[in-house]
Order: sequence, then structure tokens, then C-alpha cells
Amino acid sequence: MNGPRSIYLTALTGILWREALRFFYQRERFLAALVRPLIWLFIFAAGFRSVLGVSITPPYETYITYETYIVPGLAAMIQLFNGMQSSLSMVYDREMGSMRVLLTSPLPRWYLLLCKLIAGTLVSLFQVYAFLVIAELVLVDLPLWGLISIAPVLIVTGLMLGALGMLLSSTIRQLENFAGIMNFVIFPMFFLSSALYPLWKMKEASDLIYDICALNPFTYAVESIRFALYLEFNGMAFLVAVACLLAFFVLAVIGYDPRKGMIRRRAPL
Amino acid sequence: MTDEACLEISDVSYAYGAKAALREVTFTVRRGRFTALLGPNGAGKSTLVALVSTLIVPRQGEITVLGHPLGRDSRPALAEMGIVFQQQTLDLDLTVRQNMLYFAKLHGLSGKDAGAGIDSCLAYMGLAGREGEKVRALNGGHRRRLEIARALLHQPRFLLLDEPTVGLDIPTRSELVKHVHALCAERDMAVLWATHLVDEVWPEDDLVILHEGRVRELGPVSEVLARCGAPDVFSAFTGLTQSGGPASDQSEADRP
Repeated sequence: MNGPRSIYLTALTGILWREALRFFYQRERFLAALVRPLIWLFIFAAGFRSVLGVSITPPYETYITYETYIVPGLAAMIQLFNGMQSSLSMVYDREMGSMRVLLTSPLPRWYLLLCKLIAGTLVSLFQVYAFLVIAELVLVDLPLWGLISIAPVLIVTGLMLGALGMLLSSTIRQLENFAGIMNFVIFPMFFLSSALYPLWKMKEASDLIYDICALNPFTYAVESIRFALYLEFNGMAFLVAVACLLAFFVLAVIGYDPRKGMIRRRAPL
Repeated sequence: MTDEACLEISDVSYAYGAKAALREVTFTVRRGRFTALLGPNGAGKSTLVALVSTLIVPRQGEITVLGHPLGRDSRPALAEMGIVFQQQTLDLDLTVRQNMLYFAKLHGLSGKDAGAGIDSCLAYMGLAGREGEKVRALNGGHRRRLEIARALLHQPRFLLLDEPTVGLDIPTRSELVKHVHALCAERDMAVLWATHLVDEVWPEDDLVILHEGRVRELGPVSEVLARCGAPDVFSAFTGLTQSGGPASDQSEADRP
């Protein structure tokens, strides 16, 4: 047996390793994660570029094409879907029983959940970079240094969206209920954000929709990525993303606590 | 062999909403003893296993594993405990070895320690040579063996099994029961084996009969049979669970 500190590290490597293996075995998951944003980029954006003008707005210093505008939103979309995929996989693990192996290991539950979160975020980073490389090679001119500077932001946004997925998984009892997540979480979060249109465009259409977009944590994930991609730092968006990450994670830990969470009120995991 | 208490359950109650699952359950599992927790479906066995494995926490009472109260700090207790749940908990897409290695890492075992432990536990459970096979390709009996091998990997002093023979054919079931009895004796481990099948209880075992969330009888099998005036475990079990017999007063002398 290792010393107390290395037990934590060994468990982290074990969880990362298992997640990597599962990702490797589920190649369709990777393809789906890649095809989805590429369809948006190559088909949806191609159609919209002629009808939607994007004026000069920070962090852009000149007029940009619509394809260029939606790249950060699509990168965040990959992380949003990955967070929900991790959530789905946690519900599946709970139904299949393998979650019990994790939750009965001799480490604090918050730490085990954090390891799961880190593992999911690393998977999402891999997916986002694969998308950005294809986008850069085929269609959009992205600053090369920006591809490096977004890494820390992508870690935070990946953790935030993963924590949201984890929180949702603590409240969902059956796999069948997961379809609701698509309708009530993923689509509203994605469409009511700055991923597809700048917020000033939303304001032109409706003040209410603008206000909802401004309250949507996903908007701040998108804007953090957008600014970082152009080597700028949007402090406000980043801080909101960090605050949401902490809030979602704390609530997820409470959700998985048998003394306090949803699990307390139902049959064992 | 010592008389050391490995699991102490004291006055434990649990309810799902308004429905009581366990009521004032008290018993002890001792080192080197195979204790069968016998009860019909819905008796509360799985709830008790979930409580001991810390998946849920009791509303009332205390559970202590090898001197560690679960309510205060469950981690040292979990480090000493091997658990096999009724529902299979293997990752079907990973190989036998990958499942073992994942578990080893969760318990802080890595490198040579993990490798040697995996080889020895797989060999002990008759799974040597199957390391590279995907778990999905194993039959039910081998999956159960793998789960037991995995539960032994960190050399626990207390083994908790919840209906581990569910879905297995009679020869495999009987072989598994024999194997765990041997394990209990050879390694001087405490074993709590939850089951609804009376033929899994051996005459030298300790017995806890659970019905409708209450302990109806407990003690060494011979003493339980004597108190019930029954010729065998089946008669004692049916007598206690079908007539709704009185709950045991669980005096100190009665405890295994």
C-alpha cells in the first residue's frame, strides 16, 4: 500500500486511466463529439454568413466571418455535450452498479467526484482541440498562440460544465429520464447564450431573451473562450465561470452525500 | 482465531420515506466466522449491506467496522472491507485485469504490489489465464468469481457479500459458497453473507435471520435450531418468517 498522499494520486491516475480506456473503446462517442460542431460550422454557419453580419465587437478588431464568430461557441458546445455525456455515464454507472465501486473506495467522496470531473474535462479538451485543428486547417483563421492560451480557460469551462452534469446526475434516478436533459438543459443553454449570436443581436430582438442570455452561465463559458482565443482575458466572464464551477461542484457533492443529498431519499445507488 | 468483533451493528433503523426497511437491528460479526444473514426477499438485507458499505447512512443506531464507527469516519473501515454487491459492479467493456487494476488504484495499490496481488487473487479464484478477456465475454459464475477476487485484492479483514449467488446455476453456487467458507477459515476473515437460500448456510456458521426489517433469531446455527426446536435451518427459517414469530430479544448471550 502507498503512503497517504500517494493514495490520492494513485486513485486519480486510476480514474483518469479508466476514463481514457472507456473513451478509447467508445470511438463513436469521439466521432459524434466531433461531427456535431463540424456540421454547425460547415453547414449552419455557411448558410447564415450571408444573412447575419457581425459588426466589430471585442475581442475582434475587425469584421469577421460568421464561421469565425461561432468557433468559440462550438468549442464550448463540445464541452457542454461532454459534460452531459459524463453525467449520462454516471447515471448509467449507477444503474449498472459500477458507481458503487467508486463510492465505496476509502477516499473522501468529494475527492472521488473531483477526480471524475478532471477525467471528463481532459476528455473534453482532447475533443475541443481536435475540432479547433480541423476548423483551422479547413475554414477559419485562428491565432496559433490563441490555441495555447485557451487551454487554462478550457480547463475551467470544462470543469464547470462537467460539474453541472454531475449535479444533474445526482438528481436523475433513471437513464430514461435523461432525454429531458436534452430538452430542458442542453438546448436552452446553448441557444440562449452568445454561442451563435452576439448578445447585442439578442437585445435587438428581445430584452427578455437578452436578460436570460446574460444570466446563462454558458454565455460566460463561451465569452471566456472567445477572449482567450484572441489572447485577451475577459475577467468578468472567467470569474463567473469559476464561481459557477464552485457552486455546481459543491451542490453535486451535496447531491452525492448520503446524509444530505437526493440519494438519501431513495433506494441505495 | 480470536473473538474480535469485525462488524458491530447496534440498534440500527432505516426507512425509505415512511416505509421502514430496518427496525432496531443489532448483531455482531466476529473474526474467522462465516455469518449468514438469512432473510426472504424484502427482509432488508440489501439495505443493511448498503448501510455497512456506507452508500446510505442510518437514521438511528451505530455501525462499527473493525473499531471504526462509520458515522464519524468511514474511510479506515472501507479500507479494511471487501464488498460484493448483489448487482454486478464490473465494467463490462474493460478486461479482467483492467477491472482489477482500476480497483487496485482506487485502494492505493499500484505497480508491483498491484500486479502481484492481481495475479494471486485471480489464481485463488480460478481465473488465472483469463486476464486479457473482456468481462462481457465471461459467464455469470466467472463474473462473480472476478468480483470476489477483486474484493480480496486489498487484503480486507472483513468480507461483505450481498446475495452473491443470484442468477448462478446450482453447481456454481455451491462451489462459490464452499470457496468463501474456505477463504474465511484460511485467512481468518470475518464474512457476512446475505442470502435468501437456506442451503447456503452451513452447520458451523453463525446465523442472523432477518424478516420484515427485524432480527428474528441470531447465534450459532446449532443454538438457533435448539431455540426454535427445529431439525434444520429450513424449518427454523420458515417457522420464523412465515408465522411472523417474535423478534429476538438479542440479549448479549444470544449474539454470535
